[in-house]
Amino acid sequence: MAESDLAQLTERFDFISERKSSDHPALNCPAGMLVDFCRALRDDFGYDMLVDVTAIDWDVQSPRFTGIYHFLSTTKHLYLRIAVDCTDDLKPSLPSLTELYAAANWHERETFDLMGIHYEGHPNLTRILMWDSYPYHPLRKDFPLAGIEVPLPADDVAEVTKATVIPAPMMGGPFVSSGDGPMSQTEPSARDESWTEKKEKPAK
Amino acid sequence: MAATKEISIGDISARSNAGETELQGETMALNVGPSHPTTHGVLRLKMELDGDVVKKCEPVLGYLHRGDEKIAENMTYNQFVPYTDRLDYLAPLANNVAYAMAVEKLAALEVPERCEAIRLLCCELARVSSHLLGIGVYGMDAGAWTVFMYTFTEREKLYTLFEELTGARFTTSYTRIGGVARDIPEGWLGRVVEFCKGVLPVLDQVDTLLTRNRIFMDRTVGVGVISKEDAIAYGLTGPNLRACGVDLDLRKDKPYLGYENYDFDVPIGTTGDCYDRYMMRAEEIRQSVRIIRQCIGKFPEGSYYAEDARKIFAPQKAKVLTSMEELIQNFMIVTEGPQVPAGEVYFEAENPKGALGFFIVSKGGGVPYRMKIRGPSFCNLSILDKLIPGHYLTDITVILGSLDFVMGECDR
Amino acid sequence: MHNKNVAYDSKVEGEIIVTQADAVINWIRKHSVWPMPMGLACCAIELMAAGASRFDISRFGMEVMRFSPRQADCMIVAGTVTYKMAEVVRRIYDQMAEPKWVVAMGACASTGGMYRSYATLQGVDRIVPVDVYVSGCPPRPEALLDAMIKLQDKIGRESAVKNLTTKTTTPRELVGAGRES
Repeated sequence: MAESDLAQLTERFDFISERKSSDHPALNCPAGMLVDFCRALRDDFGYDMLVDVTAIDWDVQSPRFTGIYHFLSTTKHLYLRIAVDCTDDLKPSLPSLTELYAAANWHERETFDLMGIHYEGHPNLTRILMWDSYPYHPLRKDFPLAGIEVPLPADDVAEVTKATVIPAPMMGGPFVSSGDGPMSQTEPSARDESWTEKKEKPAK
Repeated sequence: MAATKEISIGDISARSNAGETELQGETMALNVGPSHPTTHGVLRLKMELDGDVVKKCEPVLGYLHRGDEKIAENMTYNQFVPYTDRLDYLAPLANNVAYAMAVEKLAALEVPERCEAIRLLCCELARVSSHLLGIGVYGMDAGAWTVFMYTFTEREKLYTLFEELTGARFTTSYTRIGGVARDIPEGWLGRVVEFCKGVLPVLDQVDTLLTRNRIFMDRTVGVGVISKEDAIAYGLTGPNLRACGVDLDLRKDKPYLGYENYDFDVPIGTTGDCYDRYMMRAEEIRQSVRIIRQCIGKFPEGSYYAEDARKIFAPQKAKVLTSMEELIQNFMIVTEGPQVPAGEVYFEAENPKGALGFFIVSKGGGVPYRMKIRGPSFCNLSILDKLIPGHYLTDITVILGSLDFVMGECDR
Repeated sequence: MHNKNVAYDSKVEGEIIVTQADAVINWIRKHSVWPMPMGLACCAIELMAAGASRFDISRFGMEVMRFSPRQADCMIVAGTVTYKMAEVVRRIYDQMAEPKWVVAMGACASTGGMYRSYATLQGVDRIVPVDVYVSGCPPRPEALLDAMIKLQDKIGRESAVKNLTTKTTTPRELVGAGRES
């Protein structure tokens, strides 16, 4: 049944192409046609629930960001994945689906917060998981896991406690190896080896 | 001598006719802050009240955002299992199983029947545990302390079972990619049957305390009604969705772990109010006990891990210490992680709170390139800014309790 | 060595107990610590389990879990503190009246736990002074009760009268504040 849906969709819309996937049928869609395509999905093909909106940062590739949407049809019990490439690498933006699916509201806010993708037409595109004045988009590949030092969001607390948002100390874990190359490089090691218990941390 | 004056209380038009100024106030801003006993976890509600009625409600999340998805990009697949425990920390085994299944789908790996049965048993026990707490805390919020004590005592028995199986009371980290960490201990299945025998009378007691309780019904019937269309549009899943009348249960509709071999019913609600959601959970516990009994009745023999998954599941310790090939295999898996082929996969499991989804993008190797965790509570909470306005302030407790969300999987 | 025990000689004093003021004040304080559960994540569930019937925190006089900081003595930080939540934790700590103590329950509250990331406060002792750290992820309710007993011992060793008679209480040093790593 999923194959017949896929066949019908590729036949009806010529801007859709099939995407390689390990499980559910997946399609590529250009950003400009996304809203119309999703309207057709919801009204004509019965994909009435938007279960997930997210994005992938491909780092050095271009296009750099790909928005991923997962739809579920509650009547046919089928999943569908739609992948949309963002045309602009520096200021990625996609059309918002909030008019079609109310669930898109918070999911798009989260993707904006963590990845920095701007959704045009979103009623309230503000940060949802990080605090409002946070300057970075943490899930991007050029942002380190430990974080970047910024002032604490609350001024009065920062004044009293002298605490700031420090980069988390990675020394001692996580131990991950790179996976390719000679054994000496793939051995598990600390991520930041510039300082240890014996050697002082280098001054900033 | 003072002249008598007639005042009619509540009759605004009479008062304005009498020339008095109309009693009109401004709306009051109330912050149900992140640290509050009502909000199960750290949820903040910014509300505007007109007297007792809520006019606007804006939920603020993110107070428990720990960066799980970014951490996943730096951990091997097995190293990430403890983080999945802490997503829905009321039913950690269910999260472990959902995650393991998502990665196994990516690796196109089949696990043996015994492993599936163990995982199914874990999922259903986790469901019982989570719903017991859901009902207990819901009763406590509505004022019924005894219910909390009863359900927590039953949960302690479950914790003893989990501890015997996995080593930890909760936050079990039990599954691995390709199987589970260890086989079930001797006599454990008998103890699970004993537990099932004990939990149903307690559920009946909770029933007599809450289900036809005048006060409880007054507080919950007709409160927080969610319509079918709203529920689907906002992406609700789990008991919250089924209470609105939508028949969607991933165990029946997209069966996994062998659910199609067991005979159980899925309760569907009618009105979608708080009372229905409570009834959903109580009935689901009974159905879960039914599944557990059937599963134990025909528990398969075999191996608890996929023995042919050479590059994915670390071999048994005895073989590692004696044989060269297993030693190398163990070393590679521990240092580089289970080798999973490249691809994209999305898998949703029917967790007690809703549908927990894992979207994993892999470029090959032992570490995922991108992992998105679709937390059911995130979607369940998105309906709040439409649902709460129009209700009284005292209804907030009841509505939040009935939605039964967990901030761990909402904020990740 | 101060003898903080009660001295009572019935033949001499009759119905009068002779003791040190410190002993009485500390004895009263430690046996009625009212916790303020700052339950943030999974450790909150073990905190609730400690308060439930199997592990019964009520044996120690602590079952009165007051969610209002004005009515509580001890703030049990149970769960991961994120930077967004840090200001809330500190504000609630400031609202508690003296004498007050803080128990950092679990790995996340003690040092940030296994969440070494951009959003997690690496230990609640960066913003509030902590008296007892409990390790575990989550710590068993027995471990929490052990920590509360240690807190009781710590309260028993305080010089309560000196603190009562000074005009202002000196704020205790933050262990982790200004720490580089």
